[in-house]
Parts: sequence; structure tokens; C-alpha cells
Amino acid sequence: MSDTGSKAAAAANDIVIAARALTKRYGKVSVVDAVNFDIRKGEVFGLLGPNGAGKTTTILMMLGLTDISSGQVSVLGHDPARAPLQVKRRVGYLPDSVGFYDHLTAVENLSYTAKLMGLPLAERTRRIAAALAQVRLSDVAYKRVAIFSRGMRQRLGLAEIIVKQAEIAILDEPTSALDPQATHEFLDLIGELKSEGVTMLLSSHMLDQVQRVCNRVALFQAGRIVLIGPVADLARQVLGAGFVVEVEADGAGLARRLATIPGVTGVETSAEDRFRLTADRDVRADAARAVVAANGSLRRLSVDEPSLEAIYARYFQGESKLTGGTRDAA
Amino acid sequence: MRREGSPFQGVGTVAVKELSDNLSSARMFVLEWLIVLTALAALYGAIDSLRQNTAEDPFLLLRLFTVDRAPLPSFVAILGFLIPLMAIGLGFDSINSEHSRRTLSRILAQPIYRDALLMGKFVAGLATLAISLAALWLLVIGLGLIFLGVPPGGEEIARSLAFLVIAIFYAGVWLALAMLLSIVFRSPASAALVALGFWLFLTVLWPMLAPALAQLIAPPDPRYAALGLQTPETTIWAQTLSRLSPNHLFGEAMLAVLSPTTRSLGPVFIDQLRGAMMGTPLPLRESLIIAWPQTVALIAGTIVLFVAGYIAFQRQEVRA
Repeated sequence: MSDTGSKAAAAANDIVIAARALTKRYGKVSVVDAVNFDIRKGEVFGLLGPNGAGKTTTILMMLGLTDISSGQVSVLGHDPARAPLQVKRRVGYLPDSVGFYDHLTAVENLSYTAKLMGLPLAERTRRIAAALAQVRLSDVAYKRVAIFSRGMRQRLGLAEIIVKQAEIAILDEPTSALDPQATHEFLDLIGELKSEGVTMLLSSHMLDQVQRVCNRVALFQAGRIVLIGPVADLARQVLGAGFVVEVEADGAGLARRLATIPGVTGVETSAEDRFRLTADRDVRADAARAVVAANGSLRRLSVDEPSLEAIYARYFQGESKLTGGTRDAA
Repeated sequence: MRREGSPFQGVGTVAVKELSDNLSSARMFVLEWLIVLTALAALYGAIDSLRQNTAEDPFLLLRLFTVDRAPLPSFVAILGFLIPLMAIGLGFDSINSEHSRRTLSRILAQPIYRDALLMGKFVAGLATLAISLAALWLLVIGLGLIFLGVPPGGEEIARSLAFLVIAIFYAGVWLALAMLLSIVFRSPASAALVALGFWLFLTVLWPMLAPALAQLIAPPDPRYAALGLQTPETTIWAQTLSRLSPNHLFGEAMLAVLSPTTRSLGPVFIDQLRGAMMGTPLPLRESLIIAWPQTVALIAGTIVLFVAGYIAFQRQEVRA
């Protein structure tokens, strides 16, 4: 009991962003409806959900860029509505499809914001050069931003956060509208920042990317957080079981044998020699053993990682079934 | 509830950046040349007619500003017409372009208040206008020296400096209006159109409409008409209504400052003129007192429009 108490206390010290019943209303419509979440130091937290689910509004409230209707949020111990400068000094923000002044060069754009951050000249020059090198834009440092591609602009936006030496980086839809190569490079940069200990908040509707980099995710729907936690936990919650193992083999009574493996919750026979197991752990080794025991020949054995895509699809499918059901009942 | 930190943090940075943008933009180049060329044409006319009748005018230099020769209006009249165009050209896209370039949320995520962005842009715009007008002023003085060959007296310089200051305030009114419209309208094109609409209405239509409206409000008395006089009430209404236009205020202030013989800007009773030596110039102080209400009205207009824009900007959502 005392052990869990001390753990909770330690976690409380680590929490950098805490939202409690955070709400944003426009007229009578709640765009963000009483959301609660904690973000711990050093983690990458994903805000997921369809467009218009309230992700950007939540982010703007954390930066004090829009008023909070009710509830509260604390960022690094400050209230962004009361002490926005304190918050904005330590938090970097990369808006959805970020823009720069096209007639200025990359360095000029960064030094303008660096001046607004209040950095002295020498520090500015040093940090900007280092940041541009880190996002691999040193070659085009003195080129006008007008010629930059979408991916380069996103990286320049990330360079701005690096110049700021932000403790928290908030990235709004950072990879939408990027080609796969640019996305890959950008996600690598996020990984680098994470390894430097920057806490990151990532909003996206690109599920596979979020899954690649996020420690925990929150699923937004119509202004509410409907699911929150690590991807694996969500999979267990929503999909019922975390693992799907595909077996391609022959052997007498194989389906029965596979069903008796501890942890397997269901066996589906998709063809004469193909079986699909759902299990709450990785049962590949046991499945292989079962096939060998049945004197069968094992041709393929694979496991599907629990995918966010599946969780997402299953969750919203369930939702629509539920609402469809009530409509039918009515 | 007090906010932490200073609202002025970052004003200087924004102002310097905007000033350098303004001064290097192609738009500014076009506007400046438009003004310089029309002003030169007006000055050429003025110098020509001044040379032909070199009357013994103690304020020869000031006549450069006010003398006109058909078909061109005087230098001051041209400025009254074109300064608004320049101010609108600088201000009509100041905020909405930050929205459409998607730079607004990135800039506001830096540790500054919105105040700094708006104030910095206004200060930069006004500084740009002040620099251009000061250059124009030097040009006029220089041309006067070259072509008239008469060194200007101290009072002439003082009066022309007063002209410069009032012209800057006049530009401020239009800059504040253009910035207000750039906040209210998301599209720069509609902000520009509405601003130009105001400009044409107030400089071209209003001078015609004001007397007509005055006749509606206070119909002329036939007894005055029979004597060939204007009804005082109608005249006063016409003047009050005209003064709603900053263009008219600027014209009146210029008249008082640049024509030292101006004794009053409104209707005067005969007995008020008793003992006055008509045609003799007033001292500078008296002229400035006559122009003061107009100047204050221009400053007040600038402040009111700026505050309106400020409130609109504070309440605006950052996201596009």
C-alpha cells in the first residue's frame, strides 16, 4: 500500500502537463469536453482522433493561445491562462502546416523568433547553426524559405523548437501531407529529440506513425478522450486479446491441439491448413511445438503486432454498432 | 487579475523586422514613387507661378506647399489625397497575411503577448510613413532653395515642421484604419477594398455630401438667401459634418499652419474682426492654436481606431 503511495508521489513529480476537466465551449457546443490526462517527463504522448475531434483546441489551451471555458491545465507547474510567457518560454510549438516568411532565409526566420525568445546575438547564432545542422538544413540555411518543400518547412519548424531548447515540444499533425521519405526523416528527428529527454506531445490521425514513436496515446472523439494508455494496453482492452498468430501447417486434429495451448482464446480455421489464433500472449513457440507434436509440417508462423489501426477501427466500429443499436431500439 | 510580464516585450523586435520588410518591399517602392512624382509635378507648377510674380511675400517657402496652378492641385492637397493611399498600402494585410501565411500561431507561441505583434506592426508602419514624409519634406525645402534662391526663415522652417508632424498623424489615422480592417477581414483583398472604399468616400464623396446633408438638417433661410448670404446654421452644420472626414481636418490644419494670414477656420461675426489687421500674418503660436483642435482630432482618431483593432485582435481565435 505504502509502496504504491510512494510510486504515485514520484509520478506526481514527473508530471509536466496535467489537465483536469479541461473544457472549451463555443456557444453551447463543447469542442473539448472535460478531458483529463497527465503527461510525464520524457515521454512521447500521442493525441489521436479524426479531424475536428478537439486535438488542436486542447493544444492551444495548453499554450494559452485560446481561453479555457472551464477546468484547468497546468504546464510545467504554470497556468497557461495566467502565466502564458512562463509557459511559452519553455514549450515549443510546431503548428499544423507551419508557415514561414517566404521572403526571408531560413536563418533570418529563425533569428526573428530567437530574438522574440530574448536570446542574445552570440547565443542566437550558435544555437541556430547547431539546430539547422541537427535537422539537416545547413546547406540551405541562407536560401529563401520560398523554395523549401513541405518536409523542409516541417524540419525548420522543429529547428525552431531546438533553438528554444524547449522542455516540452508540442507537434500538431507534424507528418500530415508529407511524402513517405520525408515522414521517415521527420520521425527519426522526433526519436533524436526524445533521446535528448524532451517531452513530446504529438497530435495526429496517422496511426501507424504515432504507434512507431509514442509511449502512450489518448484517443479523442467528439471532444472527449475515449481511450488512454499504452498501445498494447489499448489493444487488450479493445481487441480483447493482444496477439493474433497465423499458422500455416497440416497435421491431424491440429485445430483442437492449438486450442488447448494455454493463453489461446480462440482458433479460427480459415482454410484446411490455415489457422488464426487469438491469444493474450505471444504463443508462437507453443504453436510450433503443437504442430511438431501432431507430426505436421509447419510452413508459416507469424504474429501480428497489436496495431493502433485495428484498435481504432474496432473501437469506432463498436461505437457505431452501439449507436446504430440504440437507434434501432428507439 | 494581472498578467505576468510586460506587454511591450518583443515590440522592438517585431517593429524592426516589419520596418525592414516595409522599406524593402516592392509595394512601398511603387507608392513612394507615385507620391514623389505627383508631388514634383505640383511643386513644378508652384515654383513656376511663384517665379512669375515674385511678390514680396515673407513666407515664400510656405507658398511652395499651398500654391496651385491648374490643372494640378497644390502640394498639400495632393498629399491629403495620397497619404491615405500609402497608409492603406502598408496596413491592409498586416494581420490577415500572418493568418494566411500560417505564421501567426508560430509567432504567438513565442514568449510575447499579442499586444507586441500589433503594436510593433503599427510602430513600424508609422515609422515607414514618417521616413517617407520626412524625405519628401526635405525634397521640398531643397527644391525651394535651388529654384527660388531665397533662404528660408526660422519661422518658415518651424511651420513646415508642424506640417510634417500633422501629416504623420494624418497618416496614422489611415494606418490604424487599415490595420483594423486587416484584423476584421480574413482576406487581404476584401480588407484592401473596404479601406479604399472608405478612402474614396471620405476624400471624394463626403465633401459633396456634407453640404447636401447640412441643407437637409438645417434648411437655408430665404431671408439670408435674399440678402445673398449663407444661412449661418447651414454653414455650421456643413462644416461640422465635413470635419468627420480626416481629409478635411488635415486640410484645415494645413491652412492654419501654412497660410499665416488664416485667422479662423470657421464662420466669424463681423464684430469679432473689429480691430483686426486683415491680411497680416499671425504669429506661429496663434496659428498653431488655430490648428490644434484639428490635430487633436487626428490623434484621437488614430487612438480610437487602434484600440478598436486591439480589442478585435485580442478576441480573435489564433487558428485559421
